[in-house]
Amino acid sequence: MSEKAYMIPNPPTPNKAVEFNPEICIGCNLCVDVCPTDVMMPNPEKKQPPIVVYPEECWYCGGCVEECPRPGAITMLHPTQQRISMNWKRKDTGELFRLGMKNPPPPNTRPPSG
Amino acid sequence: MSTWHDYVQRSGKVPEWPYPINYDKVNEVVTDVLVIGGGVSGLQAAINARKQGVKVAVVERGHAKRSGSGGAGVDHWHGAVTNPCSGVTPLTYTEACYDSMRGWTGGHVRYIITKESWDTLQECEQMGVQIRDVRDEFKGADFRDDETKLMFAYDYKTRHVIRVWGYNIKVKVYEEAKRVGVDIYNRMMTTSLLTEGGNQGGRVIGATAVDTRTGEFYIFRSKATIITTGGAARLTVFAPEITASGSMFDMNSSGVGQAIGWNAGAEFACMEASVPGMIIGFGYAPYSMANASNTYHGTPIVDADGKEVPWVDVFGRELKTVEDRFLPQEGQPFQLGIGIGISQTDQELRLNDLTHDLPERIRKGEFKLPLYADFTRLSEAERRCIWGMMVGNEGKTRIAIYDTMSKAGFDPDKDLFQAPVMPLNGYLNACYWVGGPNTPPTIRTLEGGGFLVDWNLKTNLEGLYVGAGFSLFGGGCHGESHTTGRYAGRHAAEYAKTAPEPSPDRNQIEAEKSRAYHATRQSKNGNGWKEINAAIARIMRDYCGEYKSEQTLNLGLRLLNELKTTEMESAYASNPHELGRLLECHSLITLGEIVLKASLERKASNSVLNFNRLDYPEMDPPEWNKLLPIHQEDNKVKVRELPLDFHLKAPYASDYEENYRKYSGV
Repeated sequence: MSEKAYMIPNPPTPNKAVEFNPEICIGCNLCVDVCPTDVMMPNPEKKQPPIVVYPEECWYCGGCVEECPRPGAITMLHPTQQRISMNWKRKDTGELFRLGMKNPPPPNTRPPSG
Repeated sequence: MSTWHDYVQRSGKVPEWPYPINYDKVNEVVTDVLVIGGGVSGLQAAINARKQGVKVAVVERGHAKRSGSGGAGVDHWHGAVTNPCSGVTPLTYTEACYDSMRGWTGGHVRYIITKESWDTLQECEQMGVQIRDVRDEFKGADFRDDETKLMFAYDYKTRHVIRVWGYNIKVKVYEEAKRVGVDIYNRMMTTSLLTEGGNQGGRVIGATAVDTRTGEFYIFRSKATIITTGGAARLTVFAPEITASGSMFDMNSSGVGQAIGWNAGAEFACMEASVPGMIIGFGYAPYSMANASNTYHGTPIVDADGKEVPWVDVFGRELKTVEDRFLPQEGQPFQLGIGIGISQTDQELRLNDLTHDLPERIRKGEFKLPLYADFTRLSEAERRCIWGMMVGNEGKTRIAIYDTMSKAGFDPDKDLFQAPVMPLNGYLNACYWVGGPNTPPTIRTLEGGGFLVDWNLKTNLEGLYVGAGFSLFGGGCHGESHTTGRYAGRHAAEYAKTAPEPSPDRNQIEAEKSRAYHATRQSKNGNGWKEINAAIARIMRDYCGEYKSEQTLNLGLRLLNELKTTEMESAYASNPHELGRLLECHSLITLGEIVLKASLERKASNSVLNFNRLDYPEMDPPEWNKLLPIHQEDNKVKVRELPLDFHLKAPYASDYEENYRKYSGV
């Protein structure tokens, strides 16, 4: 098995910033409209998720996620060096957790105030 | 499928630019008031100008619905001293800021902010921003006034900082701007101010801009203009791979307002001031690590074994209870709060803090790393308020922290949140996420300097007003940006009502148009904008660092000019996005020149401005206790001397309130 390989620049750092779920995203591009720094651009194919072109210009405001009409279509991803630093410990058991771990604990479903 | 790399490898094709490109196509917009910068300050300026019945246009670099440093939210609002629960007056607050800075901040701007901050916040409430605990979630809490349902931060006794649910504040202000009929032009890289006759120092009558999606050229003609742009995080460091996620300033923050103002002849004060670049983003994602400062003020910090780090008052006395952390202690009139755009605070006005000998006590083994935030030691109300209300509404916290951490399973009722593990001096400042020691010491941030304005928030140029946080001498942060924008909008509209029609100079426009498109006409082999930006930052770090001298500053100026005439001259932009970023590099160079030139004029070291001259090492000689405002005439630097309290000297009255009554227009 060998896929075709291309001469292509190294992936930027970070190389995702936001990730789209094509099952949920309808390609409405509302996120593209509001992103302050044009991190992503419309996909040439209609109804497909936008393409993240300038991930290193993302400042992680989360505006794209807030703007999205389809919850779960966009996930904001902290750069790996930030994810690896976000750690916590259960007080009574001493169990260690980190953002992005393999088997995460169940989500905390309490919404923020307001 | 999300990344460009993924797309290219799947399709075998490089996607074409998605927007129609029309370089050189000219669009002309005529308005009464033009606002440059569509952040919170700019939209407040626009709304308040529009309310006076004039036509208003906003030019915005991103999209005004969510853009700007304040666009990502706010959780506490400073300077609301006229709220019904406040124990501080505008005069007391203004003098506290002014005296803390030994006079090196615009006292008149501070007074205007404190007079109108609460009114501005109430208008935000009318626009749909929640500023009260209307659902009684925190009923009975010691930080809440049960009658007004207002909630307070830092100092629960004098109650002048208000906790707000501001995650959507930008969206609400944007909707109000649209509702009142403000015309908003998004994705605009502003390249210059237009002046009467094309002359530097002439009346400002509009601006030029390039659309960074289509490349089209815009000419804005206006009777009055307001600059409301932000800072320039990219001036002294350019490493977005490391800093972008950690910064409270986005990539658009590049000194555009200051640069176009300078080129038009506007006057600036204290541009030589800077601070070590702690908040520049070499640390961690904002608010993503345990700490006890700002939004997290009062949070209990424990060591790896669960032993709690003590809190002390400003005089070093240990605090006995959690409640004490939020109250001024004996000998303190009130606590000023942090994040208001001043680089130092008088001791008796500071906040209670973690013990200041913590680094030494960690070194001796008394506290073991890593440290953790233990929210379970707080009352239920305070825990929910800090993690849930504040983290959840502050800039870059709703999605980036609250949503992300909750989905990952973090529970403040059960879990200890880890602080950074870093060199020990990092634990001197309880705002651990900025990761102080992680930032190279060569990196500095401009702090406190900006446009010099009068009691109308008008510059020295006819028709040009300023409202902003970082680019205004005397400005502050989030709330201060709203408030000064609102005031500047009112005054610019008043001026525009009787101002003559603008008639731009066609030669000025043609020259600007040619300059703006220069990079699109260079060899495709030319440098890209990132390369140029990194070089600008290198020059500023090396030649305008912690220690400066006539020689280094002049060398810095020489090298900026070198860059302009060589690598920058031949730099290439392959699409309108790259063109916008490269034009921002022009702004950064101009801003660098302002800073270097202002630094050359101050031939004395100054402790408040954090300004060290190797060739004038004596600190704070009294004869240099004066502002040195600079501007350009015929592209030559002009300097004058101005007393620090110029805002209370002729032609102004000697009293803050009397000046406010005379100039505020209310």
